[in-house]
Amino acid sequence: MIDVLNLMLAALILLLAAETVFARGAFAAVAGFVAYGLLLTLVWLRLQSVDVALTEAAIGGGLTGALLIGAARRLRGTEAAAVAERPRLGTRLVAALLSATVALALAVCVLVLPVPVHTLAPDVAAAMEVTGVGNPITAVLLAFRAIDTLLEAIVLLFALIGVWSLAPDDSWNGRPGVREASDPNGILAYAARVLAPLGIVIGTYIFWIGADHPGGKFQGATIMAAMWLLVMMAGLADAPPIDRPWLRGLLVAGPLAFIAVGVVGMATAGAFLAYPPGVAKPLILVVEFALMPTLTLILGLMLLGAPQRGAAP
Amino acid sequence: MKAALDLFTIAAVVAGAFFFLAGTVGLLRFPDAYTRLHALTKADNLGLGLIVVGLLPQVDSVSGALKLVCIWLLVLLSSGTASQLVARALRQRREERR
Repeated sequence: MIDVLNLMLAALILLLAAETVFARGAFAAVAGFVAYGLLLTLVWLRLQSVDVALTEAAIGGGLTGALLIGAARRLRGTEAAAVAERPRLGTRLVAALLSATVALALAVCVLVLPVPVHTLAPDVAAAMEVTGVGNPITAVLLAFRAIDTLLEAIVLLFALIGVWSLAPDDSWNGRPGVREASDPNGILAYAARVLAPLGIVIGTYIFWIGADHPGGKFQGATIMAAMWLLVMMAGLADAPPIDRPWLRGLLVAGPLAFIAVGVVGMATAGAFLAYPPGVAKPLILVVEFALMPTLTLILGLMLLGAPQRGAAP
Repeated sequence: MKAALDLFTIAAVVAGAFFFLAGTVGLLRFPDAYTRLHALTKADNLGLGLIVVGLLPQVDSVSGALKLVCIWLLVLLSSGTASQLVARALRQRREERR
């Protein structure tokens, strides 16, 4: 019975992947991709990886989906011309060959994995007590492999700078996105008023519970960013100009605090990002609390896009 | 007692699944976007509501039950808002065409 369910899920995912690739319009492809992300969330749940499932739902399906919808909307004007333009046979053959090679290489990599797979899970379980956190995923992300998380946060910052660099000269330092002129009594404004406070509570809960249960700053920050965007979409608040010192300060505060904790580790525990015994949990909390506003702002601003409304007075 | 609760769960969840099925059939078969929205809200509101009510006897803590009810209320709010917005956008487009 369970096998039938798994097989149906796998077949559905393959179908949706094909649908996403072969869809004619960009918008249809994005719709396929978002549904694909939701199904992938179910797969991660079936594999009992609740942390990955949460991240996939929040970032893989939700946030990336919203980014792609924005991209599809911007491309609408030129889409017909792009679809009509068929590349030459040679180009298509090379592209097909390249894609097939990548797919084959990935398949080989997965199939030659030794069974049983070599795993560090017992080591993590044995060493987890030192970190003071109860969720092994959080222990890996913020203690055993903290450098990965640090680089992840910095990559996101670079991505935001990349988005901003698309701004036209005269709106650099201006406000991103368009000012939403909306009806203060409209349904969207109502939803933003009711949903945003609830969303902030849920985002904080998921952020805080990450220490001992599935959750954490990335998932929490995505919910917070979504609430921020909802309030802006409803026209209840405007996006801040990107030259504000508080904004720039918060954007670098997370990575800087993380690096500072790493340097402290160098002095007190003998290695970059090593935690001195006994204070691992407080240091992890410092990093989490510093990264939370940074990630919320980065994710929200990335969806808003490049500044496009004149420099702020 | 346990068997009665299980029976209640099965009945409510099956009823909820029926509304999801009916909503999906409506989504595929109804002629225009307004009626398709109507079909969709039946699945979200009644289908999910019945499934949540059915699952309530199976949770072992009050906070777990409250979370389930919260999920249902949040989906009610967001699906209601979304279908209002879709319907309004449709009406606007129709008026522009005239």
